[in-house]
Amino acid sequence: MSALPDALAKARALATERRLRTRALSSWIGWAASALAFGLLALALLDILYVVFRRGFSALNWQLFVTPTSGTAGGLLNAIEGSALLTFGALLLAVPVGVLGGIFVSEFNRDPFARTVRFVADVLVGVPSIVFGLFGYLTMVTTLDWHFSLAAGCITLAMMIAPYILRTTELAMRGVPAELREAGYALGASQANLVARVLLRECAPRVLTGILLAMAISMGETAPLIYTVNWSNYYWSGHLTHEPVAYLTYVIWSFINEPFTAAHALAYAAALLITLFVLAITLLARLSINRLAVRRAP
Amino acid sequence: MRTSDALFRTTVTAVAALIPLILLALLAFLVHDSWPALRFNGFHFLTRNAWNLGNQYGDPVTVHGELVMPGASFAILFLIVGTLASSLIALLLAVPLGIGAAVFLAEAVPPRIRTYASLLVELLASVPSVVFGLWGYVLLIPLLARHVYPHLAHWFGFIPFFGAPSGSGYGLLTAGIVLALMCVPLIAANLREAIESTPQALREAGLAVGATRFEVVRKIVLPRLRLPLIGVSTLALGRALGETMAVLMISGNALNILPQNVYSPISTMASFMVSQLDSALQDPTNMAVHSISEIGLALLLLSLVVNAMARLLVPRDLGA
Repeated sequence: MSALPDALAKARALATERRLRTRALSSWIGWAASALAFGLLALALLDILYVVFRRGFSALNWQLFVTPTSGTAGGLLNAIEGSALLTFGALLLAVPVGVLGGIFVSEFNRDPFARTVRFVADVLVGVPSIVFGLFGYLTMVTTLDWHFSLAAGCITLAMMIAPYILRTTELAMRGVPAELREAGYALGASQANLVARVLLRECAPRVLTGILLAMAISMGETAPLIYTVNWSNYYWSGHLTHEPVAYLTYVIWSFINEPFTAAHALAYAAALLITLFVLAITLLARLSINRLAVRRAP
Repeated sequence: MRTSDALFRTTVTAVAALIPLILLALLAFLVHDSWPALRFNGFHFLTRNAWNLGNQYGDPVTVHGELVMPGASFAILFLIVGTLASSLIALLLAVPLGIGAAVFLAEAVPPRIRTYASLLVELLASVPSVVFGLWGYVLLIPLLARHVYPHLAHWFGFIPFFGAPSGSGYGLLTAGIVLALMCVPLIAANLREAIESTPQALREAGLAVGATRFEVVRKIVLPRLRLPLIGVSTLALGRALGETMAVLMISGNALNILPQNVYSPISTMASFMVSQLDSALQDPTNMAVHSISEIGLALLLLSLVVNAMARLLVPRDLGA
């Protein structure tokens, strides 16, 4: 009599067990796949760093830091100088625009124009850098007749990073608790005073993070500079226009295609320097300043 | 309103107005400078494979009211195909990789070391494009061409576009792989934050009805994030479309040919603009430069559409 239900129950138990096992197995496969995805990406980063560091360090020597390039040999001092000048110039122009613009978008966020500015800044962050380069070429290099020059490069880079700084500043400002604003107004502070003395000071680490990341972006750029700055084997002579300057990323792109070992060594050394700079800046922005912000919080 | 407040407001508004002005200036100058090319090339610019500077030693002739070198024609179908194909391959690789890495970081890595583990993925975004190009050139291309693509073509040749010849390593799939690595941090970082901000109660509810931890992620956490994922993938697509230096160094820089399979050399709109600048400057009629401007204009419009779509899809603050 009870043989049939018994067999049924046993079969059901077996099926349940099998289903549990399948589910456990598919969960395990899922974790393994996600670990594999992470592992692949980490491996790619580590391999890029390994290639750049190993080849770059073996190409480093003292001459690189004291002599300019000559043809496809020599040192890198002119390129280091040029990269520093371009980045500094771009930041000089973009930081005021980005920070003040970010203040506008965050403090007047009900204003429809502020929403427009935010949307346009978002879209501009995604516009390919080569398009900015072409714009710089058409306007400054040819129409204004500045030729390939430091000024054209700085302005082009500044146009690229200003929207980025605007957005990071806005997000930083919006992270400040509303109570601080209310307290400031209750004490009778003017808006300019409140922003400068309270809000900006409160979110300074995060604003600085955005500026540092923008600095890393402009240091690593190549394509827009090919269109606006070109290349030079000499040190900067002090002219803002009518004279091309050197920069590190050009060395990487151009010298690696030369058939000479000396040129390759320069390309690897330039890649090492740029990668070190950019990684150091990014790590500084991500780790230490975030920690600073946490420590400041009550 | 106090005078100081009014002054403050006027100042920051005026400075912020520079940002829309940048966009308007980009559009105005690119349209202005590509106007002769728009007239000369017409609609065929987008539908044919014919980038040809013409006879540089001949006397300029007038076509459609524009002065050009004899035999010159400018059409970029191969660039459009190369750009879209490499970006789509990049996206097909980057989305699963990004989801996997985000799930791993948010759910499997202990919070204590999560910041550092995330850096291993997110630092990929800070590596300059030209360094990706260098890595692709000296390491990835020899590796793929010798040890991967021949086997891929042999074993998976039955899949359309995967058959032999497996090429030199410079080409569509290599460009797609490197582009995927470049835009995956954007996807992984945003998705990780979204996963972390999923309400704990939902997870507990899933575990309470007997789901395994992975089933909670797959069936409860991830389905809620479909819209953010689409938005951030669109954003990543925008990045891939405009990537220049890395693609220039590894794509093979094909001219006037469409890719035959995934190993074929290609060129993209952005990389072509750099590789052709020098020769375009030689054109005495300037039509080559005008046509490069037209490529730039097309690229600008494409990226505006893609990025605007991404922002409208996801009203949250991604990517900044």
